[in-house]
Amino acid sequence: MTRHGTPLFLAKSGYRRRRLNDAARLVPVFGVFLIFLPILWGPGHTPAPDTASDGLYLFGVWAGLIAAAALLAPGLRRNARADTDSASDAAPTVADPS
Amino acid sequence: MPFNVLVLSCLTYVAFLFLVAFVAERRSSRGMQGFLRSPLIYTLSLSIYCTAWTFYGAVGYAARSGLEFVTIYLGPTLVFVGWWWVLRKLVRIGRQQRVTSIADLISARFGKSNLLGVIVTIIAVVAATPYIALQLQSVTLSFGVFASGTADGWHMPDQASTGAWVAAGLALFTIVFGTRNLDANEQHHGIVMAIAVEAVVKLAALLAVGLFVVWGLADGPGDIMARIDASPIADWNLQPGRWTGLIFLSAAAVICLPRMFQVMVVENADEAHLARASWAFPAYLFGMSLFIVPIAVMGLERLPAGSNPDMFLLTLPLSEGQGALAMLAFLGGFSSATSMVIVEAIALATMLSNHVVMPILLRLRPTSAQRGDLRWLVLLARRVCIGAVLALGYAYYRMSGGSEALAAIGLIAFAGVAQILPAMLGGIYWRGATKTGAAAGLLVGSGVWAYALFLPSFGPGAVISAEVFAQGPLGIGWLRPRALFGVAGMDPLTHAVFWSLVLNTAAFLVGSLLTFPDPVERMQGAAFVNAFDDETRTGPLGWTRGQAEPEALLIMAQRILGDDAALSFFERESEAQGKQGYLPDPTPDFVASLERKLAGSVGAATAHAMISQLFGRATVTVEDLLAVANETAQIIEYSARLESQQDELSRSARQLRDVNEKLTQLSVQKDSFLSQISHELRTPMTSIRAFSEIMTEGDLPPAQVAAYGQIIHQEAIRLTRLLDDLLDLTVLENGSVQLNLDMANLGQMIDRALAASCHIRPERSFDVQRNTSTEEVFLKTDADRLVQVFINLLSNARKYCDARDPVLRIVTHQKGGRVTVDFIDNGSGIPKESQAVIFEKFARLSNESRSGGAGLGLAICREVMANLGGTITYLPGQRGAAFRVTLPLRLEKRDLIGAA
Repeated sequence: MTRHGTPLFLAKSGYRRRRLNDAARLVPVFGVFLIFLPILWGPGHTPAPDTASDGLYLFGVWAGLIAAAALLAPGLRRNARADTDSASDAAPTVADPS
Repeated sequence: MPFNVLVLSCLTYVAFLFLVAFVAERRSSRGMQGFLRSPLIYTLSLSIYCTAWTFYGAVGYAARSGLEFVTIYLGPTLVFVGWWWVLRKLVRIGRQQRVTSIADLISARFGKSNLLGVIVTIIAVVAATPYIALQLQSVTLSFGVFASGTADGWHMPDQASTGAWVAAGLALFTIVFGTRNLDANEQHHGIVMAIAVEAVVKLAALLAVGLFVVWGLADGPGDIMARIDASPIADWNLQPGRWTGLIFLSAAAVICLPRMFQVMVVENADEAHLARASWAFPAYLFGMSLFIVPIAVMGLERLPAGSNPDMFLLTLPLSEGQGALAMLAFLGGFSSATSMVIVEAIALATMLSNHVVMPILLRLRPTSAQRGDLRWLVLLARRVCIGAVLALGYAYYRMSGGSEALAAIGLIAFAGVAQILPAMLGGIYWRGATKTGAAAGLLVGSGVWAYALFLPSFGPGAVISAEVFAQGPLGIGWLRPRALFGVAGMDPLTHAVFWSLVLNTAAFLVGSLLTFPDPVERMQGAAFVNAFDDETRTGPLGWTRGQAEPEALLIMAQRILGDDAALSFFERESEAQGKQGYLPDPTPDFVASLERKLAGSVGAATAHAMISQLFGRATVTVEDLLAVANETAQIIEYSARLESQQDELSRSARQLRDVNEKLTQLSVQKDSFLSQISHELRTPMTSIRAFSEIMTEGDLPPAQVAAYGQIIHQEAIRLTRLLDDLLDLTVLENGSVQLNLDMANLGQMIDRALAASCHIRPERSFDVQRNTSTEEVFLKTDADRLVQVFINLLSNARKYCDARDPVLRIVTHQKGGRVTVDFIDNGSGIPKESQAVIFEKFARLSNESRSGGAGLGLAICREVMANLGGTITYLPGQRGAAFRVTLPLRLEKRDLIGAA
């Protein structure tokens, strides 16, 4: 079965929702790049000890990732809820309050 | 600090946790779950990732390997900020399928195969046992720190008995709160709440020690930075292989660790909580690791050489005389250890009882599915399993002697559970993944892991002999445990992770490609991979052919869910079917939802097995799958057919409506024509009668007679013309007209028509626009008849065009053997509603008979054109009345036959 009735083009709000999802998928990709970057400059091979600044860099990247995820989270939560709502509308499953 | 104070504060803390758990359970059983099911609690409960290993071990790790310790946190951070990739789908599937553990997930995905459940359970237990031992060890060690640090003469009871006490206490707590109930998707609100409290204690303790170190012992961040660069830690060297491997390993572990899966997926109350946790949990990890390096640096600086860096978190405040701070740190470590052990024990016990104990019981005594209280049995099995898991951990702790560095054991466990990753990811993203492939991958991966990492960790000569380490088994050099396939340059952990996962994935992929999944597997595969796609969610399958008494199902459900829960579930279901009472019909829908419900308690495989015992049939066939697919295709096709039929029907209905309207109009016209024609005939007849009467009376002057005779003559002509028209029309309609076919010039014919029509309303001057060059066409047709049509059209234009400066355009085209001639005036045209009837007989638009015609002109034109093999149509949208005459260039006899 193929995806029936999925429109090819979306209105602005739907378009923004899709791009928000894309952004959510991209955050870890950037994260991987930034976290693996120290491999290239090779701490330990530098003449002066730079462990402290390496640490600052890593924690900075880390904080940046957290901030990015925090910025995206509210929008994504709405997206996820919208998905769930439409899913429960489309296929009423057995309600289970327990 | 006196030992009894330490023990007392420990016991007080534990009592407090008991209270928290108890209150939470009470509230949740009363349905007051608002706070319990909040994103905050969810995030905090995820913190069981940070075990005592993280709490104490991270400092030791940093002291030994510098910044490498952050890899253990960066992996989970990446997984969580990227929750939209994997975690969201895992949680969605976990809720849809009522998954009870990671073993249940794998087993459910691959056709509810219990074999896979068992394999995953064994991997999890083997990997978790050293990990649990590690927690016991760290608690015992931390007790030891306080014992050795005091000079007041108390001695710690020996380490073994401390470990035993801790293990027993944890087992009690876990059994009391972890096995209170079986139902409700395996959620344990009390324990989750207690873990959340412990998470706060952990973080607070680490931050307190960190702040003390940075601002109490050093002079703030700047000073710390300088000290870091001056310390031995600054000598660390980033090894790309380990860096990559460890980040990957920790990312895999945060998904695959049984306890993480438990809190993340099984205990998840709302999918949206994941959005909050996506940043809050990384932030928690950030907080936990922020001060690790400063603490390690100060520890190395201030404490005597040779002191265990794993215990810096306790020894540093103690050596600085900060007893209260050390106490807080101790409670933090205690919290880390206990929360991890509790959740791990619950997760493992659930897996053991659902995938090992219950299937064995059902196999040994198949009738027990029909008799006896299974609920009690399941709970008992689970309690025994909790005890067994902790006993295993304790045994490992006694055996290994607690000598190894904490971090090493933790990483070995990570590598063990990471073997589940290929099967899990493959299972949720690839429909082609099969049971055989998953089993092959899991077995190969865990085998390599055990051979290359787990068994060697006991040291040369313990399990694997030193000779095998050096020369390989039977002297086969490329099978040496730490240099598989001759790869000797890697560090042992990276080496083992690399080979185990590569071979695991390869076996999984090849196995999946080569084998054919059974129908249940394919069904489950589709449901997992398309978890977000509602359209493709397959309907209930599998219980379509068997027979089961609803009562038997109810009895079975009662024994697993409990009387009340089962009854209310059955009542709801039968209500949904529109029935009274507690026994719904055993429809496939109902049985499938019952199976899901049971799966929430005993796992998918066991639930499936139990229901199939009642149904006497355990599997779906390929035919069933295809039948469902066919059915769906048929429905789609059928509805498409219905749709096209409906279109056709509404089209014909529209046509019928149009025709009906036309008929009605025609009937009205016919009536009005009859009265018209009577009038038309009567008026001349009346005058003829009147004048002839006058003339028969005689005595009239000759001039008068001549005038009257003239009138009578004119009226007779008028009558004749009318009758001629009617006759002409009849002849044309019958198709019995004689045509004189000859070559004729179109332009000349139009000239003739214009000349003949100019006597009509001669007072109006018409501007006739034509393009004479395009009119230079020779037609083979009946010229007289065609001119008759032209005259008619031109006369109509002269009669009816109401423009002040009338303009008439005559446009000629020639295309494909046909000629069209358009007559377009600039009047107000013909109203749309009349366009359909103007070519009908007797049609006349205005009732006033100023034209003197009887409304036969256009009808005659139409018949003439039909006889000439052409058409005449009204051309709408020309801003005036416009008629198009179309006729063949060369009229042949066969055209005539076709036209007639």
